[in-house]
Amino acid sequence: MPSLNLLIQSAVSGVLLGGLYGLIGLGLGLSWGFLGQINLSHFAFVFLSAYLSFDLVNKLGIDPLICLVIFPPIFFVIGVCLHWLIRRFKITPFNSLLLTFGLTVIVEAFIQWIWTADFVKLQTHYGDKKAEIFGIYLPFAETMAFVIAVIVAVMVHIVMKYTDLGKAVRAIAQDPKMATAFGIPQKRISLGIAGVCTALAALAGVCVALIYTLNPSQMYTWIGVIFAVVMLGGLGSSFGPLIAGIVIGVSEAITMVFVNPSWAPIVSFSLLIALLLFRPGKL
Amino acid sequence: MKQSSYSLVVLAGALFAMLPWLNMPAFWQSFLYIVFYWSVLAVSWNLFSGVSGYFSFGHGAFFGIGMYTVAYFCGHLEMPFLPILILAGFLAGLFGLGIGALVFRVHNVRGELFALLTLAVTFVIATIVLNTPIDGGPGVYLNSVAIPKFGPNAAATFYLMMLALLIVTMLAAIWIYSSKLGLGLSAIHDDEDAAEVMGVPTYRSKLVGLFISTYLAGMAGAIQALFVSYVTANETFSITVPLFVVLMSVLGGTRHWAGPLLGAIVITGIQYFFTVGDSALMGKMILGLILIAVILFIPNGLLGNFARSRAKKNSQKIVETLKNIYTQSPMKEVQQPTSQVLLQTHGLSKSFSGVKALQNLDLEIYQGEILGLLGPNGSGKSTFINVISGHFAATSGQKIFQGEDITGLSAHEIAVKGITRTYQTPRPFNELTVLDNTRLVASYAGNTSLEEASELAYAALTQVGLENKADALPSDLNLHQRKFLEFARALAAKPKLLMLDEVLSGLTPSEIQSSVELIQKIRSQGTTILFVEHVMSAVMALADRIAVLNHGQLIAKGLPTEVMRNPEVMVAYLGKKAD
Repeated sequence: MPSLNLLIQSAVSGVLLGGLYGLIGLGLGLSWGFLGQINLSHFAFVFLSAYLSFDLVNKLGIDPLICLVIFPPIFFVIGVCLHWLIRRFKITPFNSLLLTFGLTVIVEAFIQWIWTADFVKLQTHYGDKKAEIFGIYLPFAETMAFVIAVIVAVMVHIVMKYTDLGKAVRAIAQDPKMATAFGIPQKRISLGIAGVCTALAALAGVCVALIYTLNPSQMYTWIGVIFAVVMLGGLGSSFGPLIAGIVIGVSEAITMVFVNPSWAPIVSFSLLIALLLFRPGKL
Repeated sequence: MKQSSYSLVVLAGALFAMLPWLNMPAFWQSFLYIVFYWSVLAVSWNLFSGVSGYFSFGHGAFFGIGMYTVAYFCGHLEMPFLPILILAGFLAGLFGLGIGALVFRVHNVRGELFALLTLAVTFVIATIVLNTPIDGGPGVYLNSVAIPKFGPNAAATFYLMMLALLIVTMLAAIWIYSSKLGLGLSAIHDDEDAAEVMGVPTYRSKLVGLFISTYLAGMAGAIQALFVSYVTANETFSITVPLFVVLMSVLGGTRHWAGPLLGAIVITGIQYFFTVGDSALMGKMILGLILIAVILFIPNGLLGNFARSRAKKNSQKIVETLKNIYTQSPMKEVQQPTSQVLLQTHGLSKSFSGVKALQNLDLEIYQGEILGLLGPNGSGKSTFINVISGHFAATSGQKIFQGEDITGLSAHEIAVKGITRTYQTPRPFNELTVLDNTRLVASYAGNTSLEEASELAYAALTQVGLENKADALPSDLNLHQRKFLEFARALAAKPKLLMLDEVLSGLTPSEIQSSVELIQKIRSQGTTILFVEHVMSAVMALADRIAVLNHGQLIAKGLPTEVMRNPEVMVAYLGKKAD
């Protein structure tokens, strides 16, 4: 039986990791819920951003936190361009899955080409930083990811709930044609959403670079867990993915303590399967 | 067409089988092995997923089960390979059945959700394999397993085994594409709910299709396991298999059995070319680009148009033969309504989470009559048809058809009992020709072979005047013709009860006139008709009796003239008089 301290420590790690899950899931869920696109390349953009921060920090000596400021605008533009391209062809959600799959493979090959398939780890002075509260450690990078996830979720919630822009977005999600008929600039808003989602991927990528050892093919291992987060949290929901991420993060962490770390993936995937089978209507 | 395809495959297979004895260069032998291997996976994936539209991302899981069956039984337990090869297919198929039995029960898991679910299943299996004695982590070596001897050397043995499996897979694919099962699966692809109502046992069809598909994938995995002789969970359950298989099928086109074969040859060729040229990364990027380009520019695949024209030609040919032997059945005496009850409902109710769409309906339909079902919008007429056809389960109450309780039957069973329907907005299966649309229903709801069904379908098409459009796709028809296709489909099964849902709406007066005549003709051949209609002139001309619904309740029934004078009916239609 693991000690209470270990249990609490792993639960806390689970919560923090869940924040990162929520951050990645938020972007994926927004584009699925509001644009009807299942954007697999979201994972590719997370990793692209992670590798870019690796290079900027390692080669140019830039502080990783500065990446959090420079990347989102750049990725916003990438996201807008990509969505502009996809919009020109009317494709079904399923084909968007295949199309972004192709894009993911290209980005993966690109990363492998530039940074090789070897594992790389970003070493910074933040790596050892941690706070200690009652004997529980809060590592800097994980905590930062969690805080960013909370801030972003709150911002998205406020925009969706209390602004005209948010109303317009929700109207588009319900009926794009009708929304256009009522004078909502549907095209511009859709492009904006796509850009925001990709910018969120960039934010998450910086956190991933600070926390994990990177390898291009690892982008696929995130797919299951993040889809579980998105579905559990609800498509297009602002706080849903965060809460779902924490639930899954904690249950994974507890599994690791009680059973074995290598069994951890089964938690999220089983949850995803159970969700699809028992609450498919909610998606 | 079917016979010649079979012989062509067998002949080509025999030619390829001779190559190892003709001093084929080792390079070609190993290249062809890889082509065969991917072709088996792609064709086997497509014969279920491509036909039915249930895109599985879990083909790697079934393939992996085959691999690990060999790893476990031949590697750990040192059993001989050939019996385990059969077992591998069987276990993979069984697993496919298990997943299908669970997943296909859930109404909403279609399209992208099915794809995600099968992908998740792959990772769960990978985790289990990795953490149990089946693998345990380090992978399994199969060097010591004895390789069966078929050809002049070990490499030729693998070549021949995969070739044999490919031939079997292609024969299975051709069979599916030309069989009743394949026609049913295609209908599921286009409109699953309509397919079920037209008599296709959707649940069972999907299970059979998935079983065949996964069985073949498992066998491919078994041979490949011995070929690579070292099996690891990470390699086996990686994203590569599902990605490539989907890519090959989409590239080649899923609407023809040979599409994935073509896709597999093209993609394996590109891969091989770039690996040999030491630029695997380039190959990967090009594959990604191809997938994107195909989705954007040729969403139907390389063989998409070819498959379409083949389907049209096939329908044309069937019609040509039938034209010569078809003789119109002689007109029967005009049937009059009898006093024998065909369908009786007792206290039939249907609620949608609190909204009572039908309340306590007691309605009988007499053999041979035309019953008009009227009521304002939202009064429950369409719901009534949906409940009778079994598309919706009744919340409570009973349906008795020909003295038999059909309350608990599923929609396809009710169709086979002899109840068919048309849809207010035509719902043809868009990728099937007019003839295929019609003979599908004749075959399933009429419970006949495809050959007999073709004759029934031709007769039905002649009756509605669409026999010259038999090879057209529904998208080539105008609204009037599409409505008549609905008629033809419902008639082809020779139903006892035909339910018409607003067939006249949107038609011109002369089209209405011809439809009214058609309905009278159908009745004269002994079919009982329930029709929902707003065009009052047609109702008065056709109906023997009228029943009126309002807010889900039956407020009147009886002779047309009596019912129309009923004060409650007048209130329902025209509103209350102002005081």
